[in-house]
Amino acid sequence: MHPAPSIIVFTVFSGLGFGLLTFLGLGKPDYSGFTAFLFFLIAYAFAVGGLISSTFHLGNPQRALKAFTQWRTSWLSREGCLAVASLVVMGLYAIGVVFLDTRWTLLGLLGGALSLATVFGTSMIYTQITTVPRWNHWITPVLFLLYALTGGAFLAGQTSLAAPMLLVLGAAQVVAWMIGDKLFAASGSTIESATGLGDMGKVRMFEAPHSSKNYLMKEMVHVVGRKHAFKLRVIGVLCLSVLPFILLVLPPFSHLISFLALLLHIFGALTLRWLFFAEAEHTVGLYYGKR
Amino acid sequence: MTTLPTQTDKKLGLVIDLDTCVGCHACVVSCKGWNTENYGAPLSDQNPYGADPSGTFLNRVHSYEVTPDEGAAMTVHFPKSCLHCEDAPCVTVCPTGASYKRVEDGIVLVNESDCIGCGLCAWACPYGARELDQAEGVMKKCTLCVDRIYNENLPEIDRQPACVRTCPAGARHFGDLGDENSDVSKLVAERGGMDLMPELGTKPVNKYLPPRPKDDQIDILAPFLETVAEEPQGFLGWLDKTLERIG
Repeated sequence: MHPAPSIIVFTVFSGLGFGLLTFLGLGKPDYSGFTAFLFFLIAYAFAVGGLISSTFHLGNPQRALKAFTQWRTSWLSREGCLAVASLVVMGLYAIGVVFLDTRWTLLGLLGGALSLATVFGTSMIYTQITTVPRWNHWITPVLFLLYALTGGAFLAGQTSLAAPMLLVLGAAQVVAWMIGDKLFAASGSTIESATGLGDMGKVRMFEAPHSSKNYLMKEMVHVVGRKHAFKLRVIGVLCLSVLPFILLVLPPFSHLISFLALLLHIFGALTLRWLFFAEAEHTVGLYYGKR
Repeated sequence: MTTLPTQTDKKLGLVIDLDTCVGCHACVVSCKGWNTENYGAPLSDQNPYGADPSGTFLNRVHSYEVTPDEGAAMTVHFPKSCLHCEDAPCVTVCPTGASYKRVEDGIVLVNESDCIGCGLCAWACPYGARELDQAEGVMKKCTLCVDRIYNENLPEIDRQPACVRTCPAGARHFGDLGDENSDVSKLVAERGGMDLMPELGTKPVNKYLPPRPKDDQIDILAPFLETVAEEPQGFLGWLDKTLERIG
């Protein structure tokens, strides 16, 4: 699949933002006043910034409000509704924490749960796509939730929680590759099943329908990025998980080192989200003799 | 509304005969023509006369080579457009309700004034039947020429999808695949019509008729045909004899 920068920024930063909102809803860190305001500001900047970024890939963004209507069937619509609900609930909760020095616990818990549900909604946009077997698996929502919770714990300054979660996230990412690498073959879709000609013999692409590329190939048959996939996986996991973990647990603790660890973590997350798309193979590639 | 109907009154669709298709791309051209001049946003082209032309098409013809375990390989031309699936995954993912499947005839359509151009439906389609128009930013797909098949301003013979009407080989058939007595349903039953990627559970309405097996020997009457004259006749014969004599 085409790794569109707007979608990579959307999923990574809205994930981080809603992850942080989840922790803020739980009352971690337990600040009020201006310090709490700064935490909420970062969370909203990431969550809303990510959502705005997602509109950059739309053909007609002026009609984006219509996307809130089809929550009965569409995960994209559900994600939008959940995002707005969490931002509204957490906004009310933030008023209490920042201006009134009061913590409406129930409201915070509700907002935290909605924030996490939003991340789940984002992950389901990809998980539901049966035509991309690598995504169409329960590991995808698990991974998205772990990314958001780990990054959220990190941003919330919960280093004692963030450190072990970094390792869990790294391990989950490796497990996701071990599972995902086998899923296309397991799906049973081949050029033979795609053309229905398998009973006659082995099928090979003889001539493409057009002499140059088309929308389908640009969007769904993105094979360029896979050349360095293994190297990027190693670099990604080092930056996402291993290096930030070492920086966090090795003394002395300082805010500068934590900030460096956070930057590495976000860089790793962006790299691996790029791979999440670049490595995803769509069944339409079969019609073009590619995967 | 992006909820799929549990049942449609008719199942209008195409039956494509892979045995007869000659790969001339006439259906591609007529589809592009009709759907650019009529319903909805025109099918745009980008850089059409440049080094890297591309454009929106609702129907594309691929060509495949099929090699059996024994014997010669054969070429199969393979037109591909929307299959108007009964369980259309492209419809349910749509966040705005722009995509829908009609209850009356099962045609899958896009309401372009509701489409935000997010492209998720194109991702959900296993067959590559939907293309986002790069000029209009809305999703385009085969409408089964909904503006022809019910169009009483056209002569009755033209009330068929443009691709079917134009096919010079008669490789494309249009009809109600929900009615087992329709011509298309009989054709599917007779020729073993098949679904594309049935493992994905989309239940396509359009069916493909497999190529008939190739004859493995030449015509049985061939040995009895008069052999081609090996001795030159007429002027060539005279020339041949004369040159022989000189030599």
